[in-house]
Amino acid sequence: MTVENTILICAGGACISSGEQSVKSTLEEEIKKHGLDSVVKIVETGCMGSCNLGPLMVIYPEGVFYQNLKSQDAKEIVEEHLLKGRVVQRLFYKGPTGEIKPRMKEELPFFTKQVKVVTRNLGIIDPSNIDEYIANDGYFALNKILEWSPERLIEEIKKSGLRGRGGAGFPTGLKWEFTRKSKSSEKYVICNADEGDPGAFMDRSVLEGDPHSVLEGMMIAGYAIGAQYGYIYVRAEYPLAIERLKKAMSQAYEYGLLGKRIFNTNFSFDVELRIGAGAFVCGEETALIRSVEGMRGQPVQKPPYPAQKGVWDKPTVINNVETLANLPVIINKGADWFSSIGTEKSRGTKVLALSGKINNAGLIEVPMGTTLREIIFDIGGGIPNGKKFKAVQTGGPSGGCIPDEYLDTTVDYDSLTKLGTIMGSGGMVVMDEDTCMVDVARYFLEFSAEESCGKCTPCREGTKRMLEILHRIVDGEGKLEDIDSLEELAISIKDTALCGLGQTAPNPVLSTLRYFRDEYESHIKEKRCIARSCKAMIAYTIDSEKCVGCGACARACGVNAVIGKIKEVHKINQEACIKCGSCYVACNFDAVKKVDAVDLVED
Amino acid sequence: MKIKNLEELQRIKEESLKNLNGRESKKRGRVVVGMGTCGISAGAKDTLRAIVDEMEKQSIDDVAVIQSGCMGLCEVEPTVEVQIGDEEPVIYGHVNEKQARRIVKEHVVKGNVLREILVKRGKI
Repeated sequence: MTVENTILICAGGACISSGEQSVKSTLEEEIKKHGLDSVVKIVETGCMGSCNLGPLMVIYPEGVFYQNLKSQDAKEIVEEHLLKGRVVQRLFYKGPTGEIKPRMKEELPFFTKQVKVVTRNLGIIDPSNIDEYIANDGYFALNKILEWSPERLIEEIKKSGLRGRGGAGFPTGLKWEFTRKSKSSEKYVICNADEGDPGAFMDRSVLEGDPHSVLEGMMIAGYAIGAQYGYIYVRAEYPLAIERLKKAMSQAYEYGLLGKRIFNTNFSFDVELRIGAGAFVCGEETALIRSVEGMRGQPVQKPPYPAQKGVWDKPTVINNVETLANLPVIINKGADWFSSIGTEKSRGTKVLALSGKINNAGLIEVPMGTTLREIIFDIGGGIPNGKKFKAVQTGGPSGGCIPDEYLDTTVDYDSLTKLGTIMGSGGMVVMDEDTCMVDVARYFLEFSAEESCGKCTPCREGTKRMLEILHRIVDGEGKLEDIDSLEELAISIKDTALCGLGQTAPNPVLSTLRYFRDEYESHIKEKRCIARSCKAMIAYTIDSEKCVGCGACARACGVNAVIGKIKEVHKINQEACIKCGSCYVACNFDAVKKVDAVDLVED
Repeated sequence: MKIKNLEELQRIKEESLKNLNGRESKKRGRVVVGMGTCGISAGAKDTLRAIVDEMEKQSIDDVAVIQSGCMGLCEVEPTVEVQIGDEEPVIYGHVNEKQARRIVKEHVVKGNVLREILVKRGKI
């Protein structure tokens, strides 16, 4: 037993961008200055999940959780905590009401409701050290299955009920079986790490925090289907994931866990990285295959499926990052253990990325069948600033919005499909009462239209036409027949587009039409935006009774639209106003009001 | 180095696990040894060594042993603070090697406070 402190500092993407590096370098400097470097160990880990609290660290053996750190805080932690043994209460996590919550990481409400399978090692191990992965049972699953027949392995995965985590939810064991049965001396495994949904960062966090679990998963898949070669297709926008994957691969080669005759068996497996240029359509498997081959990333018709004719026209299995990271645990703990988690048709857990109008934005993992309410309010900590929850968007540009009356819906493949959205890869964007649902639909459709590869007409032209209509509605120029046209276009694009991108692109529009039709109608008929977010339909005015004539609004205005002398009531020149909202923010007397523009005309 | 079989993988796991040991919360409590200059010159290093050794003998792995600096009680060094569960911390003074082992055996294992070397209850 050594007497020392171990400091785990989160080096996930979010913490790095909020300043983890400067905290860490101050920490190192201070530790050195006080001669503690032989008894204190600093480990950079993968994403711990509570991204909105970053930069953050956990100090063991006490397990004290410090959050929202700046580099000067690191100095205080060294002097107080490490040197004098006094915890720095000021840096503890505080609940929404300001009370200091339990100081241990394990006791934070954010962590207690989670079940970590895929993210088991995130924030626990050093992703750049293979030994730490091995210490947590890494590569034991690979060793185990190499004693099995591939058929037995496929049976085990089928029994576990694991379904693809990339979005569509196809049973993984079945996919492998098809590929195994395709006759060919050459087969491939592809890891799909082309995560591109706005608001999704599950795969990136897993790759950054536990790259070996993905490598091990690929080898397990390779053994099952009879492949000797694998590609990891990862976006160029994920430089840290790429760096850590490269390091993980070289360490695995060094240990002989990749390469020829792994564990002295006849199984050999090599892995190569393929960097994608950030085209959303390349997440679609046929487009991804073309891109791996060095061609333009455009989808082709299915069948033939990749299981028959994939990369280089050879049978190929494409699994998502999260699917692969599940595999070692399923093998180690058994299919029965895995299938005991979750619901009847959706086994296991799901990693979700919470973002938008939510207190605890970050990465979480929950059993399938957890309700949206538990996810958003218990783990996510609810909506900031006392605002009302309006909707949650799942599945990114291919998914839809779920309104508050369905908050008790469980998160699994089938119940989300029933509501007109999809599980997707796991991004959850939470929206509050200030969000205009027509504008949300427009945002996601704009994304899909921009990312359309242009190969098939319904997607290339159809999404453009839908987008034009949505622009019109948001700009206050909508016509009543626009809603019908939107629906007609949406349904025909869904039915006729070539690939998944086009077939699902209308979903955000269809689901908002289903649950928020009144918002579309009020935009068109009354020229009112219920959320008061569409600029064309709002106006700012000054309440003459509340205005004290301080001039703050006039100084804030960038276009000189506020008129009035100091100590006199101010007015807004509506012609000049660009509705930026600066005056609204600047006013300390609640005198600037946001109103519907139509009401202003009546006055 | 290539890993050729399960035994070799197991060996790396065990070696590596030793390094990860410090990464779990020792939830039951903590024993803090004052290791400021005053503490060390009064013999805190021997005290610390005795505590670590006795903890190992008694197979206690849920209590953290922590070094800290001077608590401000220089006249009674070496000092040891014991906190188990939600109980108030207890500070002992003049803890030599023999007393250190008694603290582990009596206080940490059985929960009996050693009145004769007690300096203070509660936080400094």
